[in-house]
Amino acid sequence: MFKSSKEFGYSEEFGYSEEFKAQELECDILIIGGGTAGCFSALTIAEQSKAKVIIAEKANIKRSGCLAAGVNALNAYITPGETPESYVEYVKQDAEGIVRPDLVYSMAQNLNRVAHKLEDLGVPFLKDADGNYLSRGKHSVKINGENIKPLLAAAVAPKGDIRILNRVNIFDYIVKAGRVVGAVGFALDASIVYVIYAKAVICATGGAAGLYKPNNPGFSRHKMWYCPFNTGAGYAMGIRAGAEMTSFEMRFIALRCKDTIAPTGTIAQGVKAPQINADGVKYMNNYAKATTPHRLHATVRENQLGRGPCYLQTKGITAEQEVDLYKAYLNMAPAQTLRWLERGTGPSTQNVEIEGTEPYIVGGHTGSGYWIDAQRFTTLPGLLAAGDVAGGSPKKYVTGCLVEGEIAAKSALAAMQDQALQSLQEDEITQIVRRINSCFRGQASPYMVEVIEGEMQKVMDEYAGGIASGYAFTVAKLKIAKTRLSELEQLALALTVKDRHELLALFEILDRLQVCQVVIAHLAARRETRWPCYQSNSDYPAKDDAHWLKYVNSRQVNGQIQIILRDVEKEYEH
Amino acid sequence: MSISINSEQCRGCRNCTEVCPGHLLAMDAEGKAFIKYPKDCWGCTACLKECPVGAIRYFLGPDIGGKAMYVYTNKTNACLEWHFVTPNAGEKIISVNRSDANKY
Repeated sequence: MFKSSKEFGYSEEFGYSEEFKAQELECDILIIGGGTAGCFSALTIAEQSKAKVIIAEKANIKRSGCLAAGVNALNAYITPGETPESYVEYVKQDAEGIVRPDLVYSMAQNLNRVAHKLEDLGVPFLKDADGNYLSRGKHSVKINGENIKPLLAAAVAPKGDIRILNRVNIFDYIVKAGRVVGAVGFALDASIVYVIYAKAVICATGGAAGLYKPNNPGFSRHKMWYCPFNTGAGYAMGIRAGAEMTSFEMRFIALRCKDTIAPTGTIAQGVKAPQINADGVKYMNNYAKATTPHRLHATVRENQLGRGPCYLQTKGITAEQEVDLYKAYLNMAPAQTLRWLERGTGPSTQNVEIEGTEPYIVGGHTGSGYWIDAQRFTTLPGLLAAGDVAGGSPKKYVTGCLVEGEIAAKSALAAMQDQALQSLQEDEITQIVRRINSCFRGQASPYMVEVIEGEMQKVMDEYAGGIASGYAFTVAKLKIAKTRLSELEQLALALTVKDRHELLALFEILDRLQVCQVVIAHLAARRETRWPCYQSNSDYPAKDDAHWLKYVNSRQVNGQIQIILRDVEKEYEH
Repeated sequence: MSISINSEQCRGCRNCTEVCPGHLLAMDAEGKAFIKYPKDCWGCTACLKECPVGAIRYFLGPDIGGKAMYVYTNKTNACLEWHFVTPNAGEKIISVNRSDANKY
């Protein structure tokens, strides 16, 4: 799992004033990532046991993860007239059959309960006169989620035996005899390498952004939909440790407001704004389906056919509706309100232009992530996964991630009972610390992490179905991408860093390159086109149910990605 | 899009440097916060909401339609006030009651 110091260009010639030192910590359950799922796991454990928990969080749990800016609706909720069974059916339809009904069902059963818990924590919900939540569409309720993350973090902080390690980047699992028994990470505020031992580990690091060239590659390169600080660390650690992963070819591409990459659902569902093209035609009527990927695909298609740009038709909404939209966006994506005010053209006077984002890998929206069982165990003993990093269960959104965090917490509590803590030998720890220190030494490279990142995004954009090619790819192009990414990985491994911020950036780019290789292997493996845009294989442009109602899974063995195809109709448990 | 920090207003409390999910803010030699990596800002505005004196300004880059307006926040007991300031110092305030759910 650990590259030897030699591979990192370790050299005694260049001293570094601040040597990293190891610090060992012990706990019952280690939670990696204090976002939506991770916080809820910790809360569940504290409410149900006296287990000792460590949350290791790269940023600060107060505003880390996807919910930093807020969220304005809970998009996974069983509204009156719907059932957990109908939710499973809805997810199945949207994902063209490639879902794990067992995972979606166990989530759907508990969505409303966790939503009520959010209300107990202080999240405001919009209600009718009888106190029922008001819905926005069939599966969504309206809230004010601006403060949702600080509320979750505050609920965790004083509870039970939870230690929060903010600003610590976990970079690898500790694996003993095939079992995950902890993880290692480095601090960003001090030169400390944490070696954390645990009886069970829950991975809740989120998905991966920044793999593809973004919509705004210049000054506003991080004005993207998904959190740019979610860099796929949880996926990459699992891949390196040989965990089975699923559905990395089912990329998520969001339909967003142009430039600000702000959500469109709030406008589309909120003021019932249809999608129109430059001729004012409501083009969705001309396409067969109106599922999430098809709404995006239709927009891409209209542009390709010379009928762009496309808009959400908001012109003519009332002044009151406009002000309510301003407020709704301030509660989750303030850039959109700023843009409306700054340009003096609000949605009542000008339609809102829309575009597709770059592709992301995110298990809370599509199915990419760890292959898990119903208890949320990964294929690595001792390791569980929850939230965006866990696969097989699209359309989790916030509430689904909370449920998954809760299920993983309960499973971890049961699993830790008969486990003893294991630890590393001194020389093993020395090796890990030396690896970190070696990143500061060695020959100066002509490149920087930023340069490698830009090149990786360009390769993915051009050869692996990014925005530039209308999200389509060919197998021949994927082969080029694979080679180019391997070259970039070699260049990245030779980089030296000057400070801890650069060290973090180095580990992030190595993780992203690792995730990209798995994305490419999965895209090449599915020899059909299952979801337009998400996975548009130009060599096999049709959907092929006869052969491809299968999960595309993979495992990395001896540095090689091995594809495993699993029938959707078969048994889910591994 | 990014933020800037008015160093005359900054009191050096470090709330913003601690909350930034991207580790993008740092303290200068005078003990004032500044953004060290402006191109890496996500625009989450967590820092604005942490700043007790409204010293942090969020703005859009010209690549996404920015025309030099900026916004800062001020918390009252019930509301989060968003102050939008134009280049000629005109100001518009949108006040969002924190206990109100979104209508959309």
